[in-house]
Amino acid sequence: MSTTAASPATPPFVELRDVALAYGATAATLAVERLNLAVADGEFVAVVGPSGCGKSSLMKVVTGLWPPSRGRVTVDGTAVKGPLGIVGMAFQNSVQLPWRTVLDNVMLPLEIVEPHASRLRRERRSYEAKARDLLQLVGLAGYDRQHPWQLSGGMQQRASLCRALIHDPRLLMLDEPFGALDMFTREELWGVLQDLWIARRPTVILVTHDLREAVFLADRVLVMSARPGRIVAEYTVPFPRPRTLETTYLPEFTELTHELRRLIAEARVGVAPEVSS
Amino acid sequence: MSDLPSVMPPDPDEPLPFEHTEKMSERLRPLLPWLVMGAFLLLWEAVVRLFHIPVFLLPAPSAVAASLIEWAPQIRDNALATLATTVAGFALAIVFGVAGGVTIGSSATLYAAFYPLLIGFNAVPKVAIVPILVVWFGIGAVPAILTAFLISFFPILVNVATGIATVEPELKDVLRALGASNRQIVAKVGLPRAMPYFFASLKVAITVAFVGSIMSETVASNVGIGSLMMTASARFEVPLVFAGLVVTAVMGILLYLVAEAIEKRVVGWAMRGHR
Ligand SMILES: Nc1ncnc2c1ncn2[C@@H]1O[C@H](COP(=O)(O)OP(=O)(O)OP(=O)(O)O)[C@@H](O)[C@H]1O
Ligand SMILES: [Mg+2]
Repeated sequence: MSTTAASPATPPFVELRDVALAYGATAATLAVERLNLAVADGEFVAVVGPSGCGKSSLMKVVTGLWPPSRGRVTVDGTAVKGPLGIVGMAFQNSVQLPWRTVLDNVMLPLEIVEPHASRLRRERRSYEAKARDLLQLVGLAGYDRQHPWQLSGGMQQRASLCRALIHDPRLLMLDEPFGALDMFTREELWGVLQDLWIARRPTVILVTHDLREAVFLADRVLVMSARPGRIVAEYTVPFPRPRTLETTYLPEFTELTHELRRLIAEARVGVAPEVSS
Repeated sequence: MSDLPSVMPPDPDEPLPFEHTEKMSERLRPLLPWLVMGAFLLLWEAVVRLFHIPVFLLPAPSAVAASLIEWAPQIRDNALATLATTVAGFALAIVFGVAGGVTIGSSATLYAAFYPLLIGFNAVPKVAIVPILVVWFGIGAVPAILTAFLISFFPILVNVATGIATVEPELKDVLRALGASNRQIVAKVGLPRAMPYFFASLKVAITVAFVGSIMSETVASNVGIGSLMMTASARFEVPLVFAGLVVTAVMGILLYLVAEAIEKRVVGWAMRGHR
């Protein structure tokens, strides 16, 4: 029962039309090119592709952190001109503010995004409780008074996931949020993230190198070409929710990950992949 | 012996073998500055006595100490006056240095526009400004306060500006992604990030503030340690001149320690626990 791509009746929540992003002035610096993408409201999309193909750049364009060099980005029906408060983002390297405690790092979005910012002073207690609940959910209970540099890399990533979620964003942008985690913790957090998604139904765009992770979590998996990146294939994942680790042992699951692996291997060497969907 | 289990939990009180020498030098470390200073004074005293150096050229530490005691009330009053002037100038420097540093550091345009001017301004020897200040404000505390301010303002401004201007783009992006305004970014990332720079500059600024106020007192005041030293040297009271130097050094060290203590409390995070 996967949510399929936007039908003409409901306009997509996130839409990229013919987007290009160059970090410099020349075409040689193009990170992404001819990027077209539509994500429906409440859909969970995973983006996979070879390293350096422009996945993080795609995230920056959608969140409004970088203006696209060409093309149009719309979120929730309006053109993206700059960063939006309805977005929660977890960066590839979990950037924490070293002078703040873990709890204060997680609560950072509340100090900026309305309506929380104006309520924070009065309702600090309940917001703190909410932050602690999230920390507990990702297995960081009891670390709220520590400083981020007292945490391991994987723990910092979990804290940064909490920070992305704390203000109940309608759009969740996750750039390899589980990249620094061991397999067991990672699989545990897949479950956590899926539960959160089922409960609140944000729109999620997840960048990952882990194909099993993409297939486990997403409604739809998009495959990007080598740099300059564009989307060369897309798969709808058929497995019903909630998915469990048992799902990952299904032959169809393995088949799909193998197919994705083959496509990315081809994209890496630059062969135009045969698109099947 | 043979009854003991093969793996023992380490006894926390028992130092590991290689820690032994480390422990010794660690215990000695707080004493080291005093030992060095004592040795220095002894050497000084010995040299003066051995070579019969006349007191008006180089007084022995004992002579300086005697002079300190003899002139204690005058030294105290003038030292307090100098301390007040220095702290006043220093406080002004903090206010304007931080305000200027935040302004310049948070805008690349302003940074580019003002930096050369500030460098040029800082290159002007402050001793050349004192006569101008006297023309404007007359003899007294005001030129001394302003000299202390002018000389200590620059390191604070530059450090705060640098701290804010060099915030990692990744840190900014965390806030920008949430739709934070420039002001919010400066308040939540720029200022905290600049704090270690700010405190580093305070330690420099407080010592040069003393240089400024005393320099100004020697030419443009009749109170303060600087003025006292000028009077003493005019009367060939060389031990008293040295006593003035000693008192200045002690005040400098004390204020430095205050700045350092505040720094440790406020920006402990920057040391990541390696205090
Ligand atoms: N700030 C930048 N300035 C210049 N070039 C950049 C910048 N950021 C990324 N690039 C370039 O853009 C291309 C795409 O980078 P991006 O970070 O989007 O890749 P990615 O798909 O996220 O890679 P990975 O999977 O390794 O994280 C890379 O080749 C990189 O060299
Ligand atoms: Mg990336």
